[in-house]
Amino acid sequence: MSISSPEPAGPSLEPGAIDCDVHPTVPDNKALLPYLEPFWAESIVSRGIASLESISYPTKSPLTSRPEWRGKDGFAATGATELAAQVCGRWQAGTAILNCLYGVQLVYSEDMARAFCCALNDWIAKEWLDRDPRLRASIVVPMQNVEYAVDEIERCARDRRFVQVLMLCMQEVPLGRRHYWPIYAAAIRHGLPIGIHAGSAYRNPVTALGWPTWYIEDYAAQSQGFQSQVASLITEGVFAKHPELKVVLIESGVTWLSAFLWRFDKFWRGLRTEVPWVDRSPGEIVRDHFRMTIQPLDTPDDPHIVERAIEHLRSDDILLYASDYPHWQFEGDATMPAGISPALRRKIAIDNPLATYARLREDAR
Amino acid sequence: MAKKHVVAAVSELPPGGRKLVEASGRAIVVFNLGGEYFALANRCPHRGGDLSKGLLTGLVLSGEPGEYEYIRQGEIVRCPWHNWEFDIRTGKSWCDPEKVKARRFGVSVEKGAKLIEGPYVAETFKVSVENDYVVVEA
Repeated sequence: MSISSPEPAGPSLEPGAIDCDVHPTVPDNKALLPYLEPFWAESIVSRGIASLESISYPTKSPLTSRPEWRGKDGFAATGATELAAQVCGRWQAGTAILNCLYGVQLVYSEDMARAFCCALNDWIAKEWLDRDPRLRASIVVPMQNVEYAVDEIERCARDRRFVQVLMLCMQEVPLGRRHYWPIYAAAIRHGLPIGIHAGSAYRNPVTALGWPTWYIEDYAAQSQGFQSQVASLITEGVFAKHPELKVVLIESGVTWLSAFLWRFDKFWRGLRTEVPWVDRSPGEIVRDHFRMTIQPLDTPDDPHIVERAIEHLRSDDILLYASDYPHWQFEGDATMPAGISPALRRKIAIDNPLATYARLREDAR
Repeated sequence: MAKKHVVAAVSELPPGGRKLVEASGRAIVVFNLGGEYFALANRCPHRGGDLSKGLLTGLVLSGEPGEYEYIRQGEIVRCPWHNWEFDIRTGKSWCDPEKVKARRFGVSVEKGAKLIEGPYVAETFKVSVENDYVVVEA
């Protein structure tokens, strides 16, 4: 493995940036054993549950990590030092938010899911946050059970280094449903945005057509999932009920949003009587409540096209800097796509994340 | 300068009723909301749908998700093409009230005795002294 040189790289970097999407890797369940309650630790050993690796990010998939960041075991970013050297060292982020994608949301037992989430969050705090003061993390919650999810938010939120609540794009039911609202209320109580990351709990096919055949279809379909979640959160009235709530779409891709909003706004005009609490256009609600991480942006490299695609969002407040390390979204050090003006770059890298993450505006602990 | 057109006898336009008329070559739909008359261009400002054929409905608002406040029944017309709502009193659309408005025309009720004196356009009407008439300015 090459530990990257701490020497700063690339003219497009913003020193002190807040990297809003970085992935620590849980190599397997052995790593979590010390953090699991004894019953669950013994259960997973005796039952032979070796890993909760999800097919959303199979270890061997090229997307899951750039080759130069993989260790001998094939895993990237299994330690805070290695991760921080790349993200905070070479790419000069002042803060990085860890979004752990270990497949705890896929577990069917609500109790086991709770046990894994508790262990995972404790592992993150001890093995990552304690080892580098620049790191922050999202609280991974057991979406299998809303009460448990709220309990986990209450438990972890005491540690102010947890700055967000993390869930997957594709859950059991659409995220706007009122059933989930106690989670949003808990997030607001603690000044936490909801981060929705690409990935599925695989309770439903990842496309509305049914199960696709290939990984490429699964990954490409995520943006459809995000569209439907945006629609669900708005039409069910989550923001009418919780006007303070911010939602960050993470690794969602970006450019689909403008086309989707055109369609969604258009149909709202004729169908808004179904959802009278949606009392302004969905596009306005999106610009107030949703944020998106910039990797992947889903544009060609041409800076003029990037510039125009960003203009189509009709807001400079939406985008948040993210490298998506160690996922393979770009080559070299091009964390920030060309075509973004220096002023907007600074906003994306620092101002927008600070406006989104209340807890980053205060000193940790 | 707008002319006054006699477009209907009051008896033809009971409360809750509407009538498509023509005045100065324009298609205009006249509504009676509980005894008050309003006239809108019959062309939806969005894509030109025929407002005289749209659903007459009320305004639904909401204080919070799950609550439906249904008010002003009969005072909203939805374009039959894309279902956009228009306030019959103002012509304004609900979705974009400042930019998307159905054009309004002045309406009044006049006594037949007065109409016979002129200057009113009533080509299609026989006006009789003892009745009241709906008059549109267009």
